[in-house]
Amino acid sequence: MSKDQELLEELANSEYEYGFSTNIDTEILPPGLNEDTVRFISAKKNEPAWLLEYRLKALKHFLTMETPDWQNFNFPDLNFQDISYYAAPKKKALASLDEVDPELLETFAKLGISLDEQKMLSGVAVDVVFDSVSVGTSFKGKLAEIGVIFCSFGEAVQNHPELVKKYLGTVVPATDNLFAALNAAVFSDGSFAYIPKGVRCPMELSTYFRINAMNSGQFERTLLIADEGSYVSYLEGCTAPRRDENQLHAAVVELIAMDDAEIKYSTVQNWYPGDKDGKGGVYNFVTKRAIAKGRNSKISWTQVETGSAITWKYPSVILKGDNSSGEFYSVALTRNRQIADTGTKMIHLGKNTKSRIISKGISAGHSHNSYRGLVSIHSGAVNSRNFTQCDSLLIGDKCGAHTFPYIEGKNSSSIVEHEATTSKIAEDQIFYLNQRGIDNEKAVALIVSGYAREVLNKLPMEFAVEAQKLLAISLDGSVG
Amino acid sequence: MLNITNLHSSIEGKKILKGIDLKVNAGEIHAIMGPNGSGKSTLASVLAGKAEYEVTEGEAFLDGKNLLEMAPEERAREGLFLAFQYPVEIPGVSNINFLKTALTEIRAHRGLPELTSKEFLKLLKDKQELVELKSSLVNRSLNEGFSGGEKKRNEILQLAMLDPKLAILDETDSGLDIDALRIVASGVNKLRTENNAFVIITHYQRLLDYIIPDFVHILYDGRIIKSGTKELALELEEKGYDWITQHETGTV
Ligand SMILES: Nc1ncnc2c1ncn2[C@@H]1O[C@H](COP(=O)(O)OP(=O)(O)OP(=O)(O)O)[C@@H](O)[C@H]1O
Ligand SMILES: [Mg+2]
Repeated sequence: MSKDQELLEELANSEYEYGFSTNIDTEILPPGLNEDTVRFISAKKNEPAWLLEYRLKALKHFLTMETPDWQNFNFPDLNFQDISYYAAPKKKALASLDEVDPELLETFAKLGISLDEQKMLSGVAVDVVFDSVSVGTSFKGKLAEIGVIFCSFGEAVQNHPELVKKYLGTVVPATDNLFAALNAAVFSDGSFAYIPKGVRCPMELSTYFRINAMNSGQFERTLLIADEGSYVSYLEGCTAPRRDENQLHAAVVELIAMDDAEIKYSTVQNWYPGDKDGKGGVYNFVTKRAIAKGRNSKISWTQVETGSAITWKYPSVILKGDNSSGEFYSVALTRNRQIADTGTKMIHLGKNTKSRIISKGISAGHSHNSYRGLVSIHSGAVNSRNFTQCDSLLIGDKCGAHTFPYIEGKNSSSIVEHEATTSKIAEDQIFYLNQRGIDNEKAVALIVSGYAREVLNKLPMEFAVEAQKLLAISLDGSVG
Repeated sequence: MLNITNLHSSIEGKKILKGIDLKVNAGEIHAIMGPNGSGKSTLASVLAGKAEYEVTEGEAFLDGKNLLEMAPEERAREGLFLAFQYPVEIPGVSNINFLKTALTEIRAHRGLPELTSKEFLKLLKDKQELVELKSSLVNRSLNEGFSGGEKKRNEILQLAMLDPKLAILDETDSGLDIDALRIVASGVNKLRTENNAFVIITHYQRLLDYIIPDFVHILYDGRIIKSGTKELALELEEKGYDWITQHETGTV
């Protein structure tokens, strides 16, 4: 075996860099799932009756559902009764960041995402979700001046119940799939944003998620509404501490764009992926869907997925409004025993609708990386267009890359294009960079970031830098 | 500067270099000529540290340091530069970003601080003029979709940027049009100092009209079978390899 090959293997096996955990007193509901669990959560959150009803209905449906079997991996043995459905830091309803547990702040500092730094550097309003309850929100005042509502989901339920009631579950119904149903029944907290008519949100909205409490599943709920002619860019990033138990993360994200509105939603996902043998990683089963509801509305999903033992998600767009457009830009990196089954669905309903899919898979170690996409052109979607490009990069020869593109074309005036490539990092490329004084690790990082550039370019600047670092770190052999 | 003694190398068990001796002093230009498959690129690759080639015997020192014990990137940082016969394409990696990364590594090794963006761009502009490479190429992805000649010129730009002690040019002239050839040659002549050295692998006397070598070596079947001055190249051009191999095998 040549030196480069050895190195590639070493890179492919390096351990998770952010594997540490904080010790904060949490109030944990004992494991188990039944009506009482749901009532407990709803009561804890002081929710109105209609929301409790919504949860109970979802639970009822959930209990009738079976685990799906179409995915390209063996479904993990999940016992929903073994999971604790509520965990909250003991101190609650903090008025300012000063009251946040210093240890929590330290954790964020370790991750290089301290709130202060974030606030100062980039004018990002940060709504931190730590375990299940939001503990800090910033820039709210400034946003309120222009009528933008940006708060935790729980706060939205208290302060803007009419908006929540109007839109909750309209894009992802509680009956949509097993995990959407589970989320609807037991969702903990999450983020809510409403951008009023004609407002261009002047700053990137951002939330950092982090799983921390032992054995507590996390069920985030995000709802974003961009009213007519508005614009918003939303950033979501997360990284989680090392853990031995498998943790289920089943979030639901719903985006709604009215006439002439635009939503950009960017994610950097770095949950704990498990150890070299895949033990203890997060199961990231997320339902993300947007509706481009109005004429000329625009939705753009960008994701950089490097974490989780299993990632299973398809951020999708329903192109309902005429001339609406949907985009999906994705980099998914898997190594060791990680599995990613990700992609998108573009459902063309309106006339002249456009969608664009750029998917870049990077597989190393013994990992499996699948792209699964659906482009569905309905009969009313005349003159619609889709372009899909789906690339796979293999590092080493023990990993797998798979693509499952599905196309449903229902009219003759539409054009659907699909391109796919598979490549390897050639030893010649690494040697070329070596010969210019660049060591193997940096060479691999450079090649990978070049490969992913088209997607990274879609991220807001400060996020792009972070994401590029994350790709490099994820392939960094010196970390142990 | 470069001191090679009795270097043997093989790939997949096949012997390719069969005892190379070569000494290059600072300030000198050496040309290596020889028929296809004689081992010229192999010699360059072995010196640069390409993993596939096994060194079975012999030594190679650069300024007293044992090249064969160093990783390829260390050799580069020590001042060895190889302009590749077939430069690879690296999609999506911008030429500028790549050059900045390489220069930063090499400067760090020399104990020099990273250049500011402004300093770097100034240096790049100067060197670009030296090799008359269009700015648009510098902004593109590394060698991606470059024509053969553009790739070769990009190699020389890198050479100019990284300022090595010893540069090996592996058939940098092939694939160049007459103007490009003149530009590359004048670039090399301008980069030449008393402190650096060049080893130029070529098939054509033509290049040696522009870059005058101090020595010419003929590599044949893994050995340097004849060395001389620039007249040797002329003679070779006139009479072909047959003359020399018959001559040599006759005397062995
Ligand atoms: N990776 C390899 N695997 C097998 N054989 C190789 C490999 N690399 C080189 N060789 C063989 O080694 C011999 C020398 O090749 P090399 O590329 O060094 O020749 P060269 O003198 O540079 O030729 P040219 O003038 O055509 O560039 C050739 O017979 C070639 O086929
Ligand atoms: Mg050659």
